[in-house]
Amino acid sequence: MAILIDEHTKVLVQGITGSFGARHTRLSLEYGTQIVGGITPTKGGQLFDGAVPIFDTVSDAVQQTGATASAIFVPPAFAADAILEAADAGVALIVCITEGIPVMDMMRVKAMLTGSKSRLVGPNCPGLVTPGHGDKSHGGCRIGISPGYIHKRGNVGVVSRSGTLTYEAVWQLTQLGYGQSTCVGIGGDPINGTSHLDVLRMFNEDPETEAIILIGEIGGNAEVEAARWAKEHCTKPIAGFIAGATAPAGRRMGHAGAIVGGEEDTAQAKKSILTECGIAVAETPGVMAQTLLDRWGK
Amino acid sequence: MNIHEYQAKELFDRFGVPSPKGRVAVSPKEAYDAARWLAINNLVVKAQIHAGGRGKGIFKNGYKGGVHLVKSPEAAREVASQMLGEVLVTKQTGAAGRLVRKVMIGESVTIRRELYLAILMDRQSCQPVIIVSTEGGMDIEEVAARTPEKIIREFVNPLAGLQAYQVRKLCHNLGLQTTARQFGRLLHALYKLFIDCDCTMVEINPVVETDDDHVYALDAKFNFDDNSLYRHPEISAMRDTEEEDPREVAAAAHALNYIGLDGNIACLVNGAGLAMATMDIIKHHGGDPANFLDVGGGASKEQVTAAFNIILGDPNVKGIFINIFGGIMDCNIVAEGVVAAVLETGLKLPLVVRLEGNNAEAGKATLAASGLNIVSAAGMDDGARKIVAALA
Repeated sequence: MAILIDEHTKVLVQGITGSFGARHTRLSLEYGTQIVGGITPTKGGQLFDGAVPIFDTVSDAVQQTGATASAIFVPPAFAADAILEAADAGVALIVCITEGIPVMDMMRVKAMLTGSKSRLVGPNCPGLVTPGHGDKSHGGCRIGISPGYIHKRGNVGVVSRSGTLTYEAVWQLTQLGYGQSTCVGIGGDPINGTSHLDVLRMFNEDPETEAIILIGEIGGNAEVEAARWAKEHCTKPIAGFIAGATAPAGRRMGHAGAIVGGEEDTAQAKKSILTECGIAVAETPGVMAQTLLDRWGK
Repeated sequence: MNIHEYQAKELFDRFGVPSPKGRVAVSPKEAYDAARWLAINNLVVKAQIHAGGRGKGIFKNGYKGGVHLVKSPEAAREVASQMLGEVLVTKQTGAAGRLVRKVMIGESVTIRRELYLAILMDRQSCQPVIIVSTEGGMDIEEVAARTPEKIIREFVNPLAGLQAYQVRKLCHNLGLQTTARQFGRLLHALYKLFIDCDCTMVEINPVVETDDDHVYALDAKFNFDDNSLYRHPEISAMRDTEEEDPREVAAAAHALNYIGLDGNIACLVNGAGLAMATMDIIKHHGGDPANFLDVGGGASKEQVTAAFNIILGDPNVKGIFINIFGGIMDCNIVAEGVVAAVLETGLKLPLVVRLEGNNAEAGKATLAASGLNIVSAAGMDDGARKIVAALA
């Protein structure tokens, strides 16, 4: 089953003609993703790579293609607007890859999305992958920028704030012979559309997901919130890793959201709480997958 | 991004947040002139640095206190001469202290009462939150620990903005009477400043009530959202790079994310989460990371070479670990950048490189073909062990 996306999901790309959007549209198409349209205002009516129709508005694109998901590769100054346009057009899943959106823009977007039928993932995220069944997991749905070949279809759900650290965990799993149901990158910004807890609830309900890896970092309380819920409600084994044990206090470590606010959002504090809540915490990022397998009893 | 007190005053003046009169000075003579211009007898001379705790700080030349009350332009000049060009050490600067290049000469007001006022972005509720307390002029973290009930929070709906009833509620809870209206106006003005300037934090500690029923913002700490500086050129222009680590300033010029630490193993990684995790795993294996460095996903060969040069500018560095998992990043671009940098700098230090992901095979081939002494690692754990061992 996987969560949120599968090989049949029809996907749009906002910003398809920009170099970043174009490159990753091509990689997603190679992977087997159903990219059915792109949006670049003023280029409506043209074809991307001679194959994918381009529209002026998200609304047009949704009406003509029946797409239910959109990937946003639009520069920071315009990305919040792109999210709102997609929500207005009724896109069910909006995945915003863009890094660098002003926090207040996201504050307003989040307020405007209250009560909306759209789910936002990100911003500042690598996106989602539900791996395919083909060679090197070809034939799946790849929304965003993750390298396709590291994945394998299987039963582990992965949820993470980081991009490359997620690839690390996924690759470890794949090399050990264990595949993934869906990998969700929720992104590194302090205000985002989907939290660890949101994804954990979905994995808990998903029949295909049997075990979960949760990756977090310093700053905020998202991991702790998820862990406390998991202790009471999650029926599946979880392994976790929190990056930033060596990060100095008060500094923004790359991600806008990766900044220690007090005593409770340090890596050490989070690791302790996760452990108390029954999550197996990996001692180093090199053993995230193995930590899960040990907890899972494999 | 942080700013100085005198720059905060410029913003206050622009938005109508009342603060005592003041002028900045960069020399004892300017301090004298500023004092004469103010034409009042009760003045304060304040060292301008990006850190708090100035009043109790001590200069490395022995002079005590970064904040002094004076009564004449001559006295202002004398105090300024003791501060300017000297290093002030406070609880917040660390032992190295900060060089004082500017002072502010200001009106000293008679304080009847000190209050605390801050506006922050609250992550959990995704709203601005106004925090007030009657316990101003003190360490707010101590107040939070000892008397948490004296800290009052009011969340603001980001779409509706600050409502009049909310301001009345806060004034009432602070027990303000004759000064309620003025405080209310200050608060409205400060909230507008917070939103219009894309702040992540504004803290005024203290807001003072004077003997003659005036209300002023006496000191301010600001933080601006780095992501929004592109739309605030006048605030970007306030950046004082001399208050920042020069390595970080150089990195920012190349659009690299770099934070200097104290250790001796330098890292170069793509992606902030992986970069933090790389520092962590080095520490786990007994090493000490020298820096955080995220080259991001689109780094060019030139940026990689620039990153390398910044790392090597740190005299503490005794070894380098490059950990790349290419998603956006092309491993061969990293490899070409590394080879170019090693040749350019004549690197003699141990170098371990781990490449995985996008175009990894080509990257590994480039490194192998270079003929340089570069140790390859199979995974992150392997790489960390190897670099720690190389320094042992």
